[in-house]
Amino acid sequence: MLRPKFFVYLGIFILLLFMPKLLPVYQLMLFESGITFAIMGLGFNLLLRYTGLLSFGHGALFATGAYAVGMMGKYFPDLYRIEILIPVALLASLVVSAIFGFICVRHTRIFFSILALALSMVLYALLVKFYDITGGSDGIHIDLPIMFGKSFEGMKRFEFLSGAYYYFLICMFAVCTIFMLAIVNSPFGKALQSIRDNEIRAEMIGIRVRRYRLYSFILSGLFTGMGGALWSFVNGHVTPESAEWIFSGEIVYMTLLGGFMVFEGPIVGAILFTYLKLYAVSITQYWMLIIGATLILLVLLLPEGIAGGFVKLFSRTKKVDDTGTAYVKYK
Amino acid sequence: MLNINDLIKDFGKLRIINSVGFEVKDDEIVSLVGPNGAGKTTLVNLISGHILPTSGKIEFLGHDMTFASPYRRIKRGIARNFQITNLFGDSTVLDNLRICLFSTYGKIKNGIIPASHYRTITEEAIDILGIFGISDKKDLFPPGLSEGDKKILDTAMAFALKSKFLLLDEPTSGVATGDKFKVMDTIIAAIKKEKMACMIIEHDMDIVSDYSDRVLVLSEGEIIASGKPKEIMEQDNVKEILFGVKA
Repeated sequence: MLRPKFFVYLGIFILLLFMPKLLPVYQLMLFESGITFAIMGLGFNLLLRYTGLLSFGHGALFATGAYAVGMMGKYFPDLYRIEILIPVALLASLVVSAIFGFICVRHTRIFFSILALALSMVLYALLVKFYDITGGSDGIHIDLPIMFGKSFEGMKRFEFLSGAYYYFLICMFAVCTIFMLAIVNSPFGKALQSIRDNEIRAEMIGIRVRRYRLYSFILSGLFTGMGGALWSFVNGHVTPESAEWIFSGEIVYMTLLGGFMVFEGPIVGAILFTYLKLYAVSITQYWMLIIGATLILLVLLLPEGIAGGFVKLFSRTKKVDDTGTAYVKYK
Repeated sequence: MLNINDLIKDFGKLRIINSVGFEVKDDEIVSLVGPNGAGKTTLVNLISGHILPTSGKIEFLGHDMTFASPYRRIKRGIARNFQITNLFGDSTVLDNLRICLFSTYGKIKNGIIPASHYRTITEEAIDILGIFGISDKKDLFPPGLSEGDKKILDTAMAFALKSKFLLLDEPTSGVATGDKFKVMDTIIAAIKKEKMACMIIEHDMDIVSDYSDRVLVLSEGEIIASGKPKEIMEQDNVKEILFGVKA
Protein backbone atom coordinates (compact mmCIF):
# COMPACT_ATOMS: atom_id res chain seq x y z
CA MET A 1 0.00 0.00 0.00
CA LEU A 2 2.81 2.45 -0.76
CA ARG A 3 1.65 5.37 -2.83
CA PRO A 4 3.80 7.44 -5.20
CA LYS A 5 3.60 10.25 -2.68
CA PHE A 6 5.49 8.12 -0.18
CA PHE A 7 8.45 7.88 -2.55
CA VAL A 8 8.39 11.61 -3.15
CA TYR A 9 8.56 12.15 0.61
CA LEU A 10 11.33 9.61 0.94
CA GLY A 11 13.26 11.29 -1.89
CA ILE A 12 12.92 14.67 -0.22
CA PHE A 13 14.07 13.23 3.10
CA ILE A 14 17.18 11.71 1.50
CA LEU A 15 17.87 15.01 -0.26
CA LEU A 16 17.57 16.78 3.09
CA LEU A 17 20.25 14.49 4.54
CA PHE A 18 22.71 15.81 1.93
CA MET A 19 21.86 19.46 2.53
CA PRO A 20 24.95 20.17 4.70
CA LYS A 21 27.09 19.11 1.71
CA LEU A 22 25.10 21.20 -0.75
CA LEU A 23 24.58 24.47 1.10
CA PRO A 24 27.17 26.86 2.51
CA VAL A 25 27.05 27.05 6.32
CA TYR A 26 25.25 30.36 6.46
CA GLN A 27 22.57 29.18 4.03
CA LEU A 28 22.24 25.97 5.98
CA MET A 29 21.55 27.87 9.21
CA LEU A 30 18.83 29.80 7.45
CA PHE A 31 17.43 26.58 6.12
CA GLU A 32 17.36 25.11 9.63
CA SER A 33 15.50 28.12 10.86
CA GLY A 34 13.02 27.53 8.02
CA ILE A 35 12.60 23.89 9.05
CA THR A 36 11.72 24.88 12.62
CA PHE A 37 9.16 27.34 11.24
CA ALA A 38 7.84 24.54 9.06
CA ILE A 39 7.18 22.38 12.13
CA MET A 40 5.36 25.32 13.65
CA GLY A 41 3.48 25.85 10.36
CA LEU A 42 2.23 22.26 10.47
CA GLY A 43 0.76 22.92 13.89
CA PHE A 44 -0.67 26.26 12.88
CA ASN A 45 -2.37 24.74 9.87
CA LEU A 46 -4.00 22.01 11.94
CA LEU A 47 -6.04 24.84 13.41
CA LEU A 48 -6.50 26.89 10.24
CA ARG A 49 -6.99 24.31 7.51
CA TYR A 50 -8.39 21.40 9.45
CA THR A 51 -10.35 23.03 12.26
CA GLY A 52 -11.23 26.33 10.61
CA LEU A 53 -9.73 28.57 13.29
CA LEU A 54 -7.33 31.39 12.42
CA SER A 55 -5.02 32.14 15.33
CA PHE A 56 -3.22 35.46 15.48
CA GLY A 57 -1.46 34.48 18.67
CA HIS A 58 0.66 31.49 17.76
CA GLY A 59 3.83 33.45 18.33
CA ALA A 60 3.20 33.07 22.06
CA LEU A 61 3.13 29.28 21.78
CA PHE A 62 6.32 29.37 19.74
CA ALA A 63 7.91 31.57 22.41
CA THR A 64 6.76 29.14 25.10
CA GLY A 65 8.79 26.35 23.53
CA ALA A 66 11.82 28.58 23.02
CA TYR A 67 11.67 30.08 26.53
CA ALA A 68 11.22 26.66 28.11
CA VAL A 69 14.66 25.80 26.72
CA GLY A 70 16.10 29.13 27.80
CA MET A 71 14.75 28.91 31.34
CA MET A 72 15.98 25.35 31.74
CA GLY A 73 19.45 26.55 30.81
CA LYS A 74 19.21 29.41 33.24
CA TYR A 75 17.75 27.58 36.23
CA PHE A 76 18.55 23.90 35.74
CA PRO A 77 21.89 23.81 33.93
CA ASP A 78 22.41 20.22 35.10
CA LEU A 79 19.43 19.09 33.08
CA TYR A 80 20.50 20.89 29.92
CA ARG A 81 20.27 17.83 27.73
CA ILE A 82 18.25 17.83 24.55
CA GLU A 83 16.39 14.64 25.46
CA ILE A 84 15.12 16.44 28.58
CA LEU A 85 14.73 19.90 27.04
CA ILE A 86 12.38 18.79 24.24
CA PRO A 87 9.89 17.05 26.59
CA VAL A 88 10.04 20.02 28.98
CA ALA A 89 9.33 22.41 26.09
CA LEU A 90 6.42 20.23 25.01
CA LEU A 91 5.08 20.15 28.56
CA ALA A 92 5.28 23.93 28.79
CA SER A 93 3.50 24.32 25.45
CA LEU A 94 0.88 21.84 26.61
CA VAL A 95 0.14 23.92 29.69
CA VAL A 96 0.12 27.28 27.90
CA SER A 97 -1.90 26.06 24.92
CA ALA A 98 -4.40 24.37 27.24
CA ILE A 99 -4.93 27.70 29.03
CA PHE A 100 -5.07 29.70 25.79
CA GLY A 101 -7.25 27.10 24.12
CA PHE A 102 -9.66 26.85 27.03
CA ILE A 103 -10.38 30.57 26.69
CA CYS A 104 -10.18 30.91 22.89
CA VAL A 105 -12.30 27.99 21.69
CA ARG A 106 -15.35 29.50 23.31
CA HIS A 107 -15.49 31.64 20.19
CA THR A 108 -14.85 31.21 16.50
CA ARG A 109 -13.94 33.38 13.51
CA ILE A 110 -12.65 36.90 14.21
CA PHE A 111 -13.45 36.63 17.93
CA PHE A 112 -11.22 33.60 18.21
CA SER A 113 -8.43 35.35 16.31
CA ILE A 114 -8.59 38.46 18.47
CA LEU A 115 -8.70 36.49 21.71
CA ALA A 116 -5.63 34.53 20.67
CA LEU A 117 -3.90 37.79 19.76
CA ALA A 118 -4.81 39.37 23.10
CA LEU A 119 -3.60 36.38 25.11
CA SER A 120 -0.34 36.26 23.18
CA MET A 121 0.26 39.92 24.02
CA VAL A 122 -0.36 39.12 27.69
CA LEU A 123 2.43 36.56 27.51
CA TYR A 124 4.60 39.05 25.64
CA ALA A 125 4.06 41.63 28.38
CA LEU A 126 4.91 39.08 31.07
CA LEU A 127 8.11 38.13 29.28
CA VAL A 128 9.15 41.77 29.01
CA LYS A 129 8.14 42.85 32.51
CA PHE A 130 9.45 39.98 34.61
CA TYR A 131 13.00 41.04 33.93
CA ASP A 132 14.52 39.04 36.79
CA ILE A 133 13.06 35.78 35.63
CA THR A 134 12.90 36.09 31.86
CA GLY A 135 15.69 38.54 31.15
CA GLY A 136 13.17 41.10 29.94
CA SER A 137 13.65 42.51 26.47
CA ASP A 138 17.25 41.25 26.43
CA GLY A 139 15.94 37.70 26.43
CA ILE A 140 17.98 34.64 27.28
CA HIS A 141 21.09 33.25 25.66
CA ILE A 142 20.78 29.64 24.54
CA ASP A 143 23.87 27.49 25.08
CA LEU A 144 24.61 24.42 23.04
CA PRO A 145 22.86 21.47 24.69
CA ILE A 146 24.24 18.05 25.52
CA MET A 147 22.86 15.70 22.88
CA PHE A 148 22.39 12.08 23.94
CA GLY A 149 25.36 12.25 26.29
CA LYS A 150 27.63 14.10 23.87
CA SER A 151 28.78 17.53 25.00
CA PHE A 152 29.51 20.26 22.46
CA GLU A 153 31.29 22.59 24.85
CA GLY A 154 33.80 24.86 23.16
CA MET A 155 32.32 24.15 19.74
CA LYS A 156 31.22 27.06 17.58
CA ARG A 157 27.49 27.28 16.98
CA PHE A 158 27.77 26.99 13.21
CA GLU A 159 29.77 23.78 13.59
CA PHE A 160 27.13 22.40 15.92
CA LEU A 161 24.36 23.43 13.54
CA SER A 162 25.95 21.98 10.41
CA GLY A 163 26.83 18.77 12.23
CA ALA A 164 24.90 16.60 14.64
CA TYR A 165 22.13 19.09 15.28
CA TYR A 166 21.16 19.31 11.64
CA TYR A 167 20.47 15.57 11.48
CA PHE A 168 18.60 15.67 14.76
CA LEU A 169 16.48 18.53 13.44
CA ILE A 170 15.70 16.76 10.18
CA CYS A 171 14.66 13.63 12.05
CA MET A 172 12.38 15.64 14.33
CA PHE A 173 10.93 17.35 11.27
CA ALA A 174 10.24 13.98 9.63
CA VAL A 175 8.62 12.66 12.82
CA CYS A 176 6.45 15.77 13.14
CA THR A 177 5.38 15.60 9.50
CA ILE A 178 4.46 11.92 9.72
CA PHE A 179 2.65 12.52 12.99
CA MET A 180 0.66 15.41 11.53
CA LEU A 181 -0.17 13.41 8.39
CA ALA A 182 -1.51 10.66 10.64
CA ILE A 183 -3.57 13.13 12.66
CA VAL A 184 -5.26 14.81 9.70
CA ASN A 185 -6.11 11.49 8.04
CA SER A 186 -7.38 9.79 11.20
CA PRO A 187 -11.01 9.69 12.34
CA PHE A 188 -10.04 12.41 14.82
CA GLY A 189 -8.81 14.58 11.95
CA LYS A 190 -12.01 13.89 10.03
CA ALA A 191 -14.00 14.94 13.10
CA LEU A 192 -12.10 18.25 13.18
CA GLN A 193 -12.82 18.81 9.50
CA SER A 194 -16.50 18.09 10.03
CA ILE A 195 -16.52 20.71 12.79
CA ARG A 196 -14.92 23.18 10.38
CA ASP A 197 -17.47 22.39 7.66
CA ASN A 198 -20.59 22.48 9.76
CA GLU A 199 -20.41 22.75 13.51
CA ILE A 200 -24.15 22.40 14.04
CA ARG A 201 -24.28 19.09 12.23
CA ALA A 202 -21.06 17.97 13.89
CA GLU A 203 -22.69 18.55 17.28
CA MET A 204 -25.75 16.63 16.14
CA ILE A 205 -23.80 13.55 15.12
CA GLY A 206 -22.28 13.34 18.57
CA ILE A 207 -19.01 15.26 18.29
CA ARG A 208 -18.30 17.47 21.28
CA VAL A 209 -17.42 20.51 19.21
CA ARG A 210 -15.80 22.71 21.83
CA ARG A 211 -13.80 19.88 23.36
CA TYR A 212 -12.45 18.80 19.98
CA ARG A 213 -11.53 22.37 19.14
CA LEU A 214 -9.59 22.46 22.39
CA TYR A 215 -7.80 19.20 21.52
CA SER A 216 -6.93 20.66 18.15
CA PHE A 217 -5.63 23.85 19.75
CA ILE A 218 -3.46 21.89 22.18
CA LEU A 219 -2.03 19.65 19.45
CA SER A 220 -1.36 22.74 17.39
CA GLY A 221 0.34 24.32 20.39
CA LEU A 222 2.54 21.25 20.89
CA PHE A 223 3.82 21.39 17.32
CA THR A 224 4.34 25.12 17.59
CA GLY A 225 6.19 24.78 20.90
CA MET A 226 8.31 22.03 19.38
CA GLY A 227 9.20 24.39 16.53
CA GLY A 228 10.08 27.08 19.08
CA ALA A 229 12.31 24.79 21.13
CA LEU A 230 14.19 23.55 18.06
CA TRP A 231 14.49 27.10 16.74
CA SER A 232 16.04 28.38 19.98
CA PHE A 233 19.20 26.29 19.40
CA VAL A 234 19.47 27.55 15.83
CA ASN A 235 19.05 31.16 16.81
CA GLY A 236 21.12 30.98 19.99
CA HIS A 237 19.02 33.59 21.69
CA VAL A 238 15.37 34.01 22.60
CA THR A 239 13.67 37.36 23.02
CA PRO A 240 10.08 38.33 23.81
CA GLU A 241 9.70 39.42 20.18
CA SER A 242 8.81 35.86 19.26
CA ALA A 243 5.67 36.24 21.36
CA GLU A 244 4.78 39.58 19.82
CA TRP A 245 1.92 40.01 17.38
CA ILE A 246 4.28 40.81 14.51
CA PHE A 247 5.72 37.33 14.62
CA SER A 248 2.24 35.84 14.98
CA GLY A 249 1.37 37.75 11.81
CA GLU A 250 4.42 36.31 10.09
CA ILE A 251 3.21 32.81 10.92
CA VAL A 252 -0.06 33.59 9.15
CA TYR A 253 1.92 35.04 6.26
CA MET A 254 4.12 31.95 5.90
CA THR A 255 1.09 29.71 5.79
CA LEU A 256 -0.63 31.84 3.17
CA LEU A 257 2.57 32.03 1.15
CA GLY A 258 2.81 28.26 0.96
CA GLY A 259 -0.91 27.73 0.70
CA PHE A 260 -3.01 26.67 3.65
CA MET A 261 -5.32 24.44 1.62
CA VAL A 262 -2.51 21.96 0.99
CA PHE A 263 -0.97 19.85 3.73
CA GLU A 264 2.58 20.65 2.60
CA GLY A 265 1.76 24.34 2.08
CA PRO A 266 2.99 25.68 5.44
CA ILE A 267 6.28 23.77 5.06
CA VAL A 268 6.98 25.33 1.67
CA GLY A 269 5.81 28.71 2.94
CA ALA A 270 7.94 28.64 6.09
CA ILE A 271 11.17 27.85 4.23
CA LEU A 272 10.50 30.36 1.46
CA PHE A 273 9.58 33.04 3.96
CA THR A 274 12.84 32.63 5.84
CA TYR A 275 14.83 33.33 2.67
CA LEU A 276 12.45 35.99 1.39
CA LYS A 277 12.67 37.95 4.64
CA LEU A 278 16.42 37.74 4.82
CA TYR A 279 16.97 38.83 1.24
CA ALA A 280 14.44 41.62 1.63
CA VAL A 281 16.35 42.82 4.71
CA SER A 282 19.69 42.64 2.90
CA ILE A 283 18.44 44.61 -0.11
CA THR A 284 16.72 47.49 1.63
CA GLN A 285 15.93 48.85 5.03
CA TYR A 286 12.32 49.10 3.81
CA TRP A 287 12.14 45.32 3.75
CA MET A 288 8.66 45.32 5.21
CA LEU A 289 7.54 47.03 2.04
CA ILE A 290 8.74 44.05 0.03
CA ILE A 291 7.07 41.58 2.37
CA GLY A 292 3.84 43.60 2.26
CA ALA A 293 3.90 43.92 -1.51
CA THR A 294 4.43 40.19 -1.96
CA LEU A 295 1.51 39.54 0.33
CA ILE A 296 -0.73 41.77 -1.79
CA LEU A 297 0.46 40.10 -4.98
CA LEU A 298 -0.03 36.72 -3.40
CA VAL A 299 -3.60 37.37 -2.34
CA LEU A 300 -4.51 38.89 -5.71
CA LEU A 301 -2.71 36.52 -8.05
CA LEU A 302 -2.21 33.29 -6.16
CA PRO A 303 -4.71 33.02 -3.32
CA GLU A 304 -4.00 29.29 -3.01
CA GLY A 305 -0.37 30.03 -2.17
CA ILE A 306 2.64 28.53 -3.89
CA ALA A 307 2.07 24.88 -3.03
CA GLY A 308 -1.65 25.35 -3.66
CA GLY A 309 -0.97 26.86 -7.07
CA PHE A 310 1.32 23.98 -7.85
CA VAL A 311 -1.35 21.43 -6.99
CA LYS A 312 -3.91 23.37 -8.98
CA LEU A 313 -1.66 23.47 -12.01
CA PHE A 314 -1.53 19.70 -12.13
CA SER A 315 -5.11 18.92 -11.24
CA ARG A 316 -6.90 21.70 -13.12
CA THR A 317 -9.98 20.55 -15.07
CA LYS A 318 -9.28 16.97 -14.09
CA LYS A 319 -12.09 16.89 -11.63
CA VAL A 320 -15.44 18.14 -12.79
CA ASP A 321 -18.40 17.77 -10.50
CA ASP A 322 -21.85 17.05 -11.82
CA THR A 323 -22.93 20.65 -11.77
CA GLY A 324 -20.35 21.10 -14.50
CA THR A 325 -17.91 23.25 -12.58
CA ALA A 326 -14.33 22.29 -12.29
CA TYR A 327 -12.89 22.23 -8.82
CA VAL A 328 -9.63 21.27 -7.30
CA LYS A 329 -9.68 18.40 -4.89
CA TYR A 330 -7.02 19.02 -2.29
CA LYS A 331 -5.53 16.21 -0.36
CA MET B 1 -39.61 5.54 25.55
CA LEU B 2 -39.91 9.30 25.28
CA ASN B 3 -41.94 11.22 27.82
CA ILE B 4 -42.55 14.92 27.45
CA ASN B 5 -44.30 16.89 30.15
CA ASP B 6 -45.57 20.44 30.21
CA LEU B 7 -42.81 21.64 27.88
CA ILE B 8 -42.60 25.40 27.38
CA LYS B 9 -40.32 27.41 25.13
CA ASP B 10 -40.35 31.19 24.99
CA PHE B 11 -38.42 33.29 22.53
CA GLY B 12 -38.43 36.65 24.26
CA LYS B 13 -42.09 37.35 25.01
CA LEU B 14 -43.30 34.96 22.34
CA ARG B 15 -44.42 31.54 23.55
CA ILE B 16 -43.59 29.12 20.74
CA ILE B 17 -44.23 25.86 22.59
CA ASN B 18 -46.99 26.05 25.15
CA SER B 19 -47.30 23.29 27.70
CA VAL B 20 -46.75 20.39 25.34
CA GLY B 21 -46.91 16.88 26.71
CA PHE B 22 -46.94 13.52 24.95
CA GLU B 23 -45.39 10.10 24.96
CA VAL B 24 -43.76 7.94 22.32
CA LYS B 25 -43.76 4.19 22.92
CA ASP B 26 -41.14 1.66 21.84
CA ASP B 27 -41.17 0.90 18.09
CA GLU B 28 -43.87 3.50 17.54
CA ILE B 29 -43.91 5.76 14.50
CA VAL B 30 -45.53 9.06 15.35
CA SER B 31 -46.27 11.84 12.91
CA LEU B 32 -46.27 15.45 13.96
CA VAL B 33 -48.40 17.65 11.76
CA GLY B 34 -49.49 21.23 11.91
CA PRO B 35 -49.57 24.45 9.88
CA ASN B 36 -46.49 26.56 9.22
CA GLY B 37 -45.25 28.27 12.34
CA ALA B 38 -46.95 25.83 14.68
CA GLY B 39 -43.63 25.05 16.38
CA LYS B 40 -42.88 21.62 14.89
CA THR B 41 -39.22 22.23 14.17
CA THR B 42 -38.80 24.00 17.51
CA LEU B 43 -40.11 20.86 19.18
CA VAL B 44 -37.56 18.76 17.30
CA ASN B 45 -34.84 21.21 18.31
CA LEU B 46 -35.91 20.91 21.95
CA ILE B 47 -35.94 17.12 21.92
CA SER B 48 -32.56 16.89 20.15
CA GLY B 49 -30.97 19.45 22.46
CA HIS B 50 -30.22 21.97 19.76
CA ILE B 51 -32.02 24.52 21.90
CA LEU B 52 -33.03 24.32 25.57
CA PRO B 53 -36.58 24.71 26.87
CA THR B 54 -37.80 27.45 29.19
CA SER B 55 -39.44 24.90 31.47
CA GLY B 56 -40.94 21.44 31.48
CA LYS B 57 -39.48 17.98 31.33
CA ILE B 58 -38.11 15.67 28.65
CA GLU B 59 -37.51 12.13 29.79
CA PHE B 60 -35.91 9.47 27.60
CA LEU B 61 -35.75 5.84 28.70
CA GLY B 62 -36.09 6.99 32.28
CA HIS B 63 -33.29 9.56 32.08
CA ASP B 64 -33.99 13.25 32.50
CA MET B 65 -32.84 14.88 29.26
CA THR B 66 -34.45 18.29 29.65
CA PHE B 67 -31.20 20.24 29.75
CA ALA B 68 -28.76 17.54 28.61
CA SER B 69 -26.17 18.33 25.92
CA PRO B 70 -26.77 17.03 22.38
CA TYR B 71 -23.81 14.70 22.92
CA ARG B 72 -25.46 13.02 25.91
CA ARG B 73 -28.76 12.70 24.09
CA ILE B 74 -27.07 11.09 21.09
CA LYS B 75 -25.24 8.64 23.33
CA ARG B 76 -28.57 7.72 24.96
CA GLY B 77 -30.08 7.22 21.52
CA ILE B 78 -31.78 10.33 20.17
CA ALA B 79 -30.81 11.25 16.60
CA ARG B 80 -32.23 13.76 14.15
CA ASN B 81 -32.01 14.95 10.60
CA PHE B 82 -32.45 18.53 9.45
CA GLN B 83 -35.33 20.06 7.52
CA ILE B 84 -32.91 22.40 5.81
CA THR B 85 -30.13 20.01 4.88
CA ASN B 86 -27.07 20.29 7.03
CA LEU B 87 -24.18 18.42 5.46
CA PHE B 88 -20.39 18.51 5.41
CA GLY B 89 -19.93 20.25 2.08
CA ASP B 90 -16.18 19.71 1.75
CA SER B 91 -16.33 15.95 2.24
CA THR B 92 -17.61 13.31 -0.15
CA VAL B 93 -20.99 11.67 0.37
CA LEU B 94 -19.18 8.58 1.63
CA ASP B 95 -17.12 10.62 4.10
CA ASN B 96 -20.25 12.39 5.32
CA LEU B 97 -21.61 9.03 6.30
CA ARG B 98 -18.32 7.63 7.57
CA ILE B 99 -17.81 10.45 10.05
CA CYS B 100 -21.25 9.62 11.50
CA LEU B 101 -20.25 5.99 11.86
CA PHE B 102 -16.90 6.94 13.42
CA SER B 103 -18.85 8.95 15.96
CA THR B 104 -21.34 6.12 16.53
CA TYR B 105 -18.59 3.61 17.22
CA GLY B 106 -16.57 6.03 19.35
CA LYS B 107 -13.64 6.06 16.93
CA ILE B 108 -13.21 9.81 16.64
CA LYS B 109 -10.83 9.81 19.60
CA ASN B 110 -8.34 7.95 17.44
CA GLY B 111 -5.80 10.36 16.07
CA ILE B 112 -3.20 8.00 14.60
CA ILE B 113 -4.70 5.19 12.51
CA PRO B 114 -5.82 6.48 9.09
CA ALA B 115 -9.57 6.66 8.60
CA SER B 116 -9.21 4.59 5.43
CA HIS B 117 -8.01 1.60 7.47
CA TYR B 118 -11.45 1.07 8.98
CA ARG B 119 -12.65 -1.19 6.18
CA THR B 120 -15.74 -2.46 7.99
CA ILE B 121 -16.91 1.07 8.67
CA THR B 122 -16.40 2.02 5.02
CA GLU B 123 -18.35 -1.08 3.96
CA GLU B 124 -21.12 -0.29 6.40
CA ALA B 125 -21.26 3.29 5.13
CA ILE B 126 -21.64 1.99 1.57
CA ASP B 127 -24.32 -0.42 2.78
CA ILE B 128 -26.29 2.39 4.36
CA LEU B 129 -25.95 4.48 1.21
CA GLY B 130 -27.21 1.39 -0.63
CA ILE B 131 -30.24 1.10 1.66
CA PHE B 132 -31.09 4.69 0.84
CA GLY B 133 -30.37 4.18 -2.86
CA ILE B 134 -27.56 6.70 -3.28
CA SER B 135 -24.49 4.47 -3.18
CA ASP B 136 -23.67 5.37 -6.80
CA LYS B 137 -23.13 8.98 -5.65
CA LYS B 138 -20.66 8.13 -2.88
CA ASP B 139 -17.73 10.01 -4.42
CA LEU B 140 -19.62 13.22 -5.16
CA PHE B 141 -19.56 16.27 -2.93
CA PRO B 142 -22.89 17.35 -1.37
CA PRO B 143 -23.08 20.65 -3.34
CA GLY B 144 -23.23 18.53 -6.49
CA LEU B 145 -26.28 16.51 -5.33
CA SER B 146 -29.89 17.22 -6.19
CA GLU B 147 -32.06 18.65 -3.38
CA GLY B 148 -33.76 15.29 -3.03
CA ASP B 149 -30.50 13.39 -2.72
CA LYS B 150 -29.18 15.89 -0.19
CA LYS B 151 -32.30 15.25 1.87
CA ILE B 152 -31.83 11.50 1.63
CA LEU B 153 -28.18 11.80 2.62
CA ASP B 154 -29.16 13.96 5.58
CA THR B 155 -31.60 11.29 6.75
CA ALA B 156 -29.06 8.51 6.11
CA MET B 157 -26.58 10.36 8.35
CA ALA B 158 -29.10 10.51 11.19
CA PHE B 159 -29.88 6.85 10.59
CA ALA B 160 -26.17 5.95 10.78
CA LEU B 161 -26.07 7.10 14.40
CA LYS B 162 -27.94 3.87 15.24
CA SER B 163 -30.21 5.61 17.66
CA LYS B 164 -33.22 4.20 19.45
CA PHE B 165 -35.34 7.22 18.60
CA LEU B 166 -35.12 9.07 15.31
CA LEU B 167 -36.47 12.56 14.74
CA LEU B 168 -37.17 13.18 11.07
CA ASP B 169 -37.97 16.76 10.17
CA GLU B 170 -39.71 16.65 6.79
CA PRO B 171 -37.61 13.84 5.33
CA THR B 172 -39.29 14.09 1.94
CA SER B 173 -39.48 17.83 1.36
CA GLY B 174 -37.50 18.59 -1.76
CA VAL B 175 -37.79 15.01 -2.97
CA ALA B 176 -39.57 14.71 -6.32
CA THR B 177 -43.27 13.93 -5.79
CA GLY B 178 -43.06 10.62 -7.64
CA ASP B 179 -40.18 9.48 -5.42
CA LYS B 180 -41.68 10.47 -2.07
CA PHE B 181 -43.32 7.14 -1.34
CA LYS B 182 -40.27 5.23 -2.50
CA VAL B 183 -38.08 7.26 -0.14
CA MET B 184 -40.51 6.83 2.75
CA ASP B 185 -40.76 3.09 2.09
CA THR B 186 -36.98 2.90 2.34
CA ILE B 187 -36.75 4.96 5.51
CA ILE B 188 -39.61 3.18 7.27
CA ALA B 189 -38.33 -0.26 6.31
CA ALA B 190 -34.89 0.62 7.68
CA ILE B 191 -36.40 1.99 10.90
CA LYS B 192 -38.61 -1.07 11.40
CA LYS B 193 -35.67 -3.38 10.78
CA GLU B 194 -33.62 -1.64 13.47
CA LYS B 195 -36.66 -1.50 15.79
CA MET B 196 -36.34 2.24 16.20
CA ALA B 197 -39.07 4.53 17.39
CA CYS B 198 -39.53 7.55 15.20
CA MET B 199 -41.19 10.93 15.06
CA ILE B 200 -41.79 12.33 11.59
CA ILE B 201 -42.75 15.86 10.73
CA GLU B 202 -44.62 15.79 7.49
CA HIS B 203 -46.93 17.97 5.43
CA ASP B 204 -48.12 15.33 3.01
CA MET B 205 -51.27 13.80 4.58
CA ASP B 206 -51.09 10.71 2.37
CA ILE B 207 -47.66 9.94 3.78
CA VAL B 208 -48.84 10.64 7.30
CA SER B 209 -51.78 8.26 7.08
CA ASP B 210 -49.84 5.55 5.28
CA TYR B 211 -46.82 5.35 7.52
CA SER B 212 -47.63 6.43 11.04
CA ASP B 213 -49.11 4.58 13.97
CA ARG B 214 -50.26 7.76 15.58
CA VAL B 215 -50.62 11.43 14.68
CA LEU B 216 -50.04 14.47 16.87
CA VAL B 217 -51.50 17.76 15.68
CA LEU B 218 -49.63 20.85 16.77
CA SER B 219 -51.14 24.27 16.40
CA GLU B 220 -49.80 27.52 17.79
CA GLY B 221 -47.52 25.64 20.14
CA GLU B 222 -50.14 23.34 21.60
CA ILE B 223 -51.10 19.78 20.88
CA ILE B 224 -54.75 19.89 19.91
CA ALA B 225 -55.30 16.29 18.89
CA SER B 226 -53.68 12.90 19.10
CA GLY B 227 -54.78 9.54 17.78
CA LYS B 228 -54.91 7.10 14.86
CA PRO B 229 -54.42 8.81 11.48
CA LYS B 230 -57.89 7.98 10.15
CA GLU B 231 -59.70 9.19 13.30
CA ILE B 232 -57.67 12.38 13.52
CA MET B 233 -58.42 13.39 9.93
CA GLU B 234 -62.13 13.23 10.71
CA GLN B 235 -62.00 15.67 13.62
CA ASP B 236 -63.49 19.06 12.81
CA ASN B 237 -60.86 21.19 14.53
CA VAL B 238 -58.07 19.29 12.77
CA LYS B 239 -59.74 19.73 9.39
CA GLU B 240 -60.05 23.43 10.03
CA ILE B 241 -56.42 23.88 11.03
CA LEU B 242 -54.81 21.61 8.46
CA PHE B 243 -57.06 22.06 5.46
CA GLY B 244 -58.81 25.32 6.21
CA VAL B 245 -62.18 23.57 5.98
CA LYS B 246 -64.86 25.16 8.22
CA ALA B 247 -67.03 22.59 9.90
